[in-house]
Amino acid sequence: MSDKKQQVSRRQFLNYSLTGLGGFMAAGMLVPMLRFAVDPVLQKSASDGGLASVISVDDITDTPQRVDWNVDQVDGWYESEVNRTAWVFKDDNGDIQAFSPVCKHLGCFVSWEGSDKYQNEFFCPCHDGRYNKDGTNIPGTPPLAPLDVYEQEVKDGMLYLGEAKPRE
Amino acid sequence: MIQKLYDWIDDRIDVTPIWRDIADHEVPEHVNPAYHFSAFVYCFGGLTFFVVVIQVLSGMFLTMYYVPDIENAWKSVYYLQSQVAHGQIVRGMHHWGASVTIVMLLLHTMRVFFQGAYKKPRELNWMVGVLIFFVMLGLGFTGYLLPWDNKAYFATQVGLEMAEQVPFIGVYLKTLLSGHPTIVGAQTLTRFFAIHVFFLPAALFGLLAVHFILIRRQGIAGPL
Repeated sequence: MSDKKQQVSRRQFLNYSLTGLGGFMAAGMLVPMLRFAVDPVLQKSASDGGLASVISVDDITDTPQRVDWNVDQVDGWYESEVNRTAWVFKDDNGDIQAFSPVCKHLGCFVSWEGSDKYQNEFFCPCHDGRYNKDGTNIPGTPPLAPLDVYEQEVKDGMLYLGEAKPRE
Repeated sequence: MIQKLYDWIDDRIDVTPIWRDIADHEVPEHVNPAYHFSAFVYCFGGLTFFVVVIQVLSGMFLTMYYVPDIENAWKSVYYLQSQVAHGQIVRGMHHWGASVTIVMLLLHTMRVFFQGAYKKPRELNWMVGVLIFFVMLGLGFTGYLLPWDNKAYFATQVGLEMAEQVPFIGVYLKTLLSGHPTIVGAQTLTRFFAIHVFFLPAALFGLLAVHFILIRRQGIAGPL
């Protein structure tokens, strides 16, 4: 190459510009596809469906009981009514607790006293995951976190539940 | 007649060297079960490929009836299995073949491992083989959901929870796989179908091509 001015040769210039052009064209094809594929990750989560009336406060006891209700769910183009379940009870302070039954290990269904062996505990049958009554996972069993807690509100003597959220 | 047809083509585009390059080569004595019966262990790689061919063919035919839609997926599988002639056989081949592929692949891997055939200069081919193993596991995982029955649904739910356990990127990885942060549903099924039928097979074919080209370039490892 010329040592004085670092001139770009005709060949180099063509190489660079054709590589650049090719890269630009390839990116023009690939970027839309990748953005298309990644969309679910970047989408702002849709508004949570609000709170639904679930059970009369008077019916809630000290013992966790299973409560089922339905919510409208939007899954892309598919809208449907799906079932939600919570374990609802009053704790020692008289506060209402509503736990998600989804095990924090691998997502199986957790039941109150689901095993005869463990009284006064939530139990997951899949891998013997256990939780105390306050929903905290018992160390040494598979779950890594306490049970999720439903957003709740009491209005006109009824308990309203929303989305299940992980505890802080 | 066939000879004439072949000659006519060969005369114009000289195909003989091409297929000679691909097909016409000596199998060394130490890998030929006809000489040493114990050499059957060298067949596992070829058997894996054979089963993969069955998987590709039966899978292609299954998509003639299957629809990746949560309303109809299970019904279409039920229909092709119970109403379509030989549907049970074609789906059976794909269903059992999936397991046989993994078994053959593991036997092949074990043979290569215990014979030390992965050592220099064949390390790269071992790595390509490990990638093929991951692609196969991905095919098994995504294919399992497609019938959209209870077993498939909950197995996938558990599998996605496992993906979520990956440090830092777990949540995004799960959403990327399932198409929705919380729901395993319509978007999950279409995604898994696309991955199972287009993305992973494409990756598999590329990796298999590299795997085979490397074998031909480096030759089969010598006897123990």
